[in-house]
Amino acid sequence: MSASNFSDPSLLRGLTQRRFGRRDALRLSGLAAMGGALAACGVQGQGTQAPASAEPDAVAQFWNGKVKNGSMSFAGWPLYMDPKQPELKKFTARTGIKVKYDEVIQEMGPWFAKVQPQLSAGQSIGYDLMVITNSFQFTQFRDSGFLAPLDHSKLPNYAKNAGAAYKKEAFDPGNAYSIPWASGMTGIAYDFNRTGREITKLADLWDPQFKGKVGMFSDIQELGNFGLLALGIDPAESTADDWEKAADHLRKQKDDKIVRNYYDQSYIEALGSGEVWLTQAWSGDIFQKNISDGTDFRFVIPDEGGTIWTDNMTIPVTAPNPVDALMLMDFFYEVENAATLAEYINYVCPVPAAQPVIRTHAGKATGEDKDALLDVADSKLVFPTKVEYDKLHYYVAFEATAEQQKFQKTFEPIVLG
Amino acid sequence: MNRVKNKLAPYLLVLPGGVWLLVFFAVPMVAMLSLSLQEGDIVNGYRFTGHWQTYTEAISAYDTQIIRSLIYGAIATIVLIVLAFPVAYWIAFYGGRRKPTYLFLVLLPFFVSFVLRTISWRQILTDEGPLISPLRSAGLVDQSFHILGTPFAVIAGLVYNFLPFMVLPIYVALERIDPRVVEAARDLYANPATTFRKVVFPLALPGVFAGVLMTFVPASSDYVNSEVLGSADTTMIGQVIQTQFLENSDYPTASALSFVLMLVLLIGVFTYARILGTEDVMKVAAR
Repeated sequence: MSASNFSDPSLLRGLTQRRFGRRDALRLSGLAAMGGALAACGVQGQGTQAPASAEPDAVAQFWNGKVKNGSMSFAGWPLYMDPKQPELKKFTARTGIKVKYDEVIQEMGPWFAKVQPQLSAGQSIGYDLMVITNSFQFTQFRDSGFLAPLDHSKLPNYAKNAGAAYKKEAFDPGNAYSIPWASGMTGIAYDFNRTGREITKLADLWDPQFKGKVGMFSDIQELGNFGLLALGIDPAESTADDWEKAADHLRKQKDDKIVRNYYDQSYIEALGSGEVWLTQAWSGDIFQKNISDGTDFRFVIPDEGGTIWTDNMTIPVTAPNPVDALMLMDFFYEVENAATLAEYINYVCPVPAAQPVIRTHAGKATGEDKDALLDVADSKLVFPTKVEYDKLHYYVAFEATAEQQKFQKTFEPIVLG
Repeated sequence: MNRVKNKLAPYLLVLPGGVWLLVFFAVPMVAMLSLSLQEGDIVNGYRFTGHWQTYTEAISAYDTQIIRSLIYGAIATIVLIVLAFPVAYWIAFYGGRRKPTYLFLVLLPFFVSFVLRTISWRQILTDEGPLISPLRSAGLVDQSFHILGTPFAVIAGLVYNFLPFMVLPIYVALERIDPRVVEAARDLYANPATTFRKVVFPLALPGVFAGVLMTFVPASSDYVNSEVLGSADTTMIGQVIQTQFLENSDYPTASALSFVLMLVLLIGVFTYARILGTEDVMKVAAR
């Protein structure tokens, strides 16, 4: 990422489209959030350990007496929706509900730190709908009782159109508090011209042949997952002992000087500049980088397995307009809306039926648009097949905060050398 | 009546700044001190238990990063003095009518965000960038040579980002030197080197002193340069603190580390002031 590259809209798009890292350019917003964290001192926890899946009467209790108000606010991520917001306009035209859409979330940690004080105090955070990743903070949001239990009787399109994998996610059993917005995969991206051979497995990230040319993620969860998978351990089933073993494996990779650096979003730049030849990578990024910059990087889900993560629509428990928010959530599960969203964002679409719809759209388009739409429809990274899904694992699901802290403390020293 | 007013005046003058400091500095400091002594987690809340062990645990876990930060800060400061002094000297004595222009040029990079400037250094120092590529093609460095991710890159970034903070105070000190004092030295047959050593440099010391304070403290606690230009092996304490606050929501550890860093820096600064003799410096400055 360079100042000069910031003038290139395609790169800017690629840069900001991701949701996890983005740290380089966003440190300043981090500073602001740190102020928020300070203001939150004497932090009161919510203390109410919400059950992992909401009881039916909890659902009834929350939704009882709630009515449609005709307006709502939506907290999203930068460039995670067409800036012209066609879907939202359509929604407003149909339902009369005005939607204020703000791209206010850039990283999960700072976002949690920012809204935690208000949510603890039972105050509205100013948003009725927010898209959050299934990272540590998802569990923190849920266990603090900050998420409203969803009334699935009001989500008919979700029930009808969501792919099977998006109805049984380990981080939110029964989708009690969330339904997916979009998903992505973590795998390996590489530059064939430099590696000189195909990369197929995680072991390649430990290959001394690529000494100093391997990139890993600085995100603790992403890093830990690959350490575990490289040892043949399923992250979702892993124990604290497994984490130690994985950390040792990763430390060896570091001590042997195989790892060039631990990256956030800047890994794309490092791959582009030849600083690394192969690296941990997020699926949508590589797809977009190749389309917008004409590069020819390859993305593979390693033989030992990769991971799948999901950004989820949730309703803060203090939302003033939860009914409107719930209606919008279901609206995005109409096939046509899911299709136009996927056409723009290029991440894994949770609605399989959107694929033929995108093909139909391509049939009507011409020239470059047509090619781009066909690329999206045919992309295994937007519509993975069973072959891909079989290799994808979920994140470690932490039952308690203490467990999560243990995980962090196990892997953190590798990144914070 | 007037006399009462006159007596009150200084206090009234200090009031706005004082209230500002109280609200935005003192109160958060106390709150943070309290946080550092709390126990718990973000979900269940933190409660004050006077758990001072957080401090010892944090120090033993991150002593490497604290020491590394101080070393980087110190090296950067020394390099800054060496680089900034000639610049300030030249502007002060040879700048002529264009002095404001030169000072503006020194400040010009500040019109671009700190983070963006650092990121653009990434582009310059990258493996295939305009600096290393030619060196490699010329066979001056080997294939695996790189600058990004090394302590050199981080310290260079610190030096670059804090340069104006060193140039300006030294310039101010030099600018105030009466040219007749220098002339007198010449008249008394001091050669240029002696004039510099015995007259100019001592008179510029207050500027150097101020410059060191303005650069060493923020450079040691900086977290942007190491994040953008460094690697896991160059992690500085600022990065650790920010990770604890924003990633881990481990507020007690983050607060404790902040206080440790502050204490270490204060001790460092006081020792430095002691050794350099602020009294003398201030006396010169007051002249």
